[in-house]
Amino acid sequence: MNEFFFNTKLDQTVLLGTKAQSVRELLEGIKTSPESSIYYHTHHYLQQHHFLSPEPPNDFAYWIQEVLNEPHLGEMMYSVDVVQFKSLEDLRNRFIEILDRHDGAEGKQRTAPEGQEFYFMASRTFVLRTPYVASDLKQFAEILRRISINSLYYHIFDAKLRLEKGENDFSRWFRDLGKSALADEVVRLDPYTHTLEGLRARILQLVQRHDKD
Amino acid sequence: MIKIEDYAPVVGQATIDELYLLAKSLEGKQVQNINSTAVGGGVAEILTRMIPLLNELGVQARWDVIKGDEKFFGTTKKIHNGLHGVPVDISDEEYEWFLEINRRNAAEMNFGDIVFVHDPQPVALVERRTDIGKNWVWRGHVDFSKPVLSVWKFLARFIERYDAAVFSAPAFARKLPIPQVLISPSIDPLADKNKELPNEVIDSVFQRFGIDRSRPVVTQISRFDYLKDPVGVIKAFKIAKKHVDAQLVLAGGGATDDPEGPIIMQQVKEEADKDKDIFVLFLPPASDIEINALQRGSTVLLQKSLKEGFGLTVSEALWKEKPTIAGAVGGIPLQIAHKYSGILTHSIDGTAYWIKQLIHEPEYARKLGVNGKQHIKNNFLITRHIKDYLLLFISIFHHEDVVYLS
Repeated sequence: MNEFFFNTKLDQTVLLGTKAQSVRELLEGIKTSPESSIYYHTHHYLQQHHFLSPEPPNDFAYWIQEVLNEPHLGEMMYSVDVVQFKSLEDLRNRFIEILDRHDGAEGKQRTAPEGQEFYFMASRTFVLRTPYVASDLKQFAEILRRISINSLYYHIFDAKLRLEKGENDFSRWFRDLGKSALADEVVRLDPYTHTLEGLRARILQLVQRHDKD
Repeated sequence: MIKIEDYAPVVGQATIDELYLLAKSLEGKQVQNINSTAVGGGVAEILTRMIPLLNELGVQARWDVIKGDEKFFGTTKKIHNGLHGVPVDISDEEYEWFLEINRRNAAEMNFGDIVFVHDPQPVALVERRTDIGKNWVWRGHVDFSKPVLSVWKFLARFIERYDAAVFSAPAFARKLPIPQVLISPSIDPLADKNKELPNEVIDSVFQRFGIDRSRPVVTQISRFDYLKDPVGVIKAFKIAKKHVDAQLVLAGGGATDDPEGPIIMQQVKEEADKDKDIFVLFLPPASDIEINALQRGSTVLLQKSLKEGFGLTVSEALWKEKPTIAGAVGGIPLQIAHKYSGILTHSIDGTAYWIKQLIHEPEYARKLGVNGKQHIKNNFLITRHIKDYLLLFISIFHHEDVVYLS
């Protein structure tokens, strides 16, 4: 039987003990930090402020704009569309490309005031199996209503980018059920522009519609 | 007795279910917390709440307090100040006595499977690791951003022997050969200090202290410690009072490990200078309802710290939807986004300016309070803290970035 096992995940924030005062140092840190750090700095706002939309999509952009007061470069970093990337390595390279170009063009380096440096951190993720298992779309919808935000987050965000499964877990299961249209619709959602509760409601709506087909 | 399920209406049942799932991974492991004071201060407060909840989740958690004499606590106070960047002179003999007290405590102690040591006072217990093994985690609750180098070097010798170190804010992380984890402290929304109170209770507390609720009240709740700048609070209030009618309440207690408390109290009394609108309240340890009532009945709350580990009273203030003005130090900027969920200040004049603004603009002040409460609900309640501790204990036994627990 084709069942969907709901997992959940909880994150630990690791302090790497390194910091940046300028764009050049930020670039160096992005080049040398582990992938789990790129993941942390592009995703933690989503979890911490999951009730707000829109939120600054990544820490690098926020720091460049708000602390270094570099609006143009900040905007470039803001506009990196995380949903387009299939791996954290590709995402890292995009940030490096933008910062490298800036580093080559600019003469004077702005530095952050003391106490407002960029501190590199990383995420360690702990995955847990929940007792919830769905055998069909009806059960799936019932469970989706009550699972934690962390479970939703794991199957949508972690599955695709951090675990590099190519697409989110829900869509893969929908395809296995022969519901390719539903799978495609969920893939097309940009989860980064929803609040997590908004995302839950949108997926529920799609599942219920396709369950009637 | 508060049960873990009592938090479900506040944070959601799914969050509680996840804590139970996580706790299963620690079956059979005994977690021992060790610090230096059973009452007073944020560490003792959070352990008092957390130990029973961890046990209810199925984790064998206990808490021991090391014993020390006046000379030992005199030295640990110097170490504390040194970590905050205050120049201190600690003699070799004082360091040696510090180690001797740690060794005496270690000799008498029955250690758990995971030894979780809080703050510098018991840091040297880890010397026992050589002969007893076990898993050791150290947590620094104070501001480590600019420590006196000699004090840091002394402590680092011991911290490096732990399996992991925990800090309360990103700026406190150091270059260390062991993993470092960020865990913010938290408040308990169901504790006497934070729970909802009937208006009659608030009224009666204000009446008891002779404070007039019909006039604006500005309050700072904190220990009488110079790093909380109670004298600066009075100065800021006196500037603001030239333009607003208000009263100031400075309320707090002391901790058994703080020999400087009485000196600061004296300075505060001198600065208050018999102004009938300034209320200096030295509260005994069991004053949680009074503190809660004072916060809920106030117009504006302050935490004008010069240095902070985290500044839990800021979370407490925001949880009560109160407009809060706080020093931009330690973990306070994690709790307050300036002009969005509260006000961050850097000076006496800045604090005075915002006291006036918030009293004159009650609608803006109300919005700050509403946003502040939402942020605390999502990130600084005890259930999030329990989750972080469970992950910390579990993480000692794993090394991957993504860990599958079931």
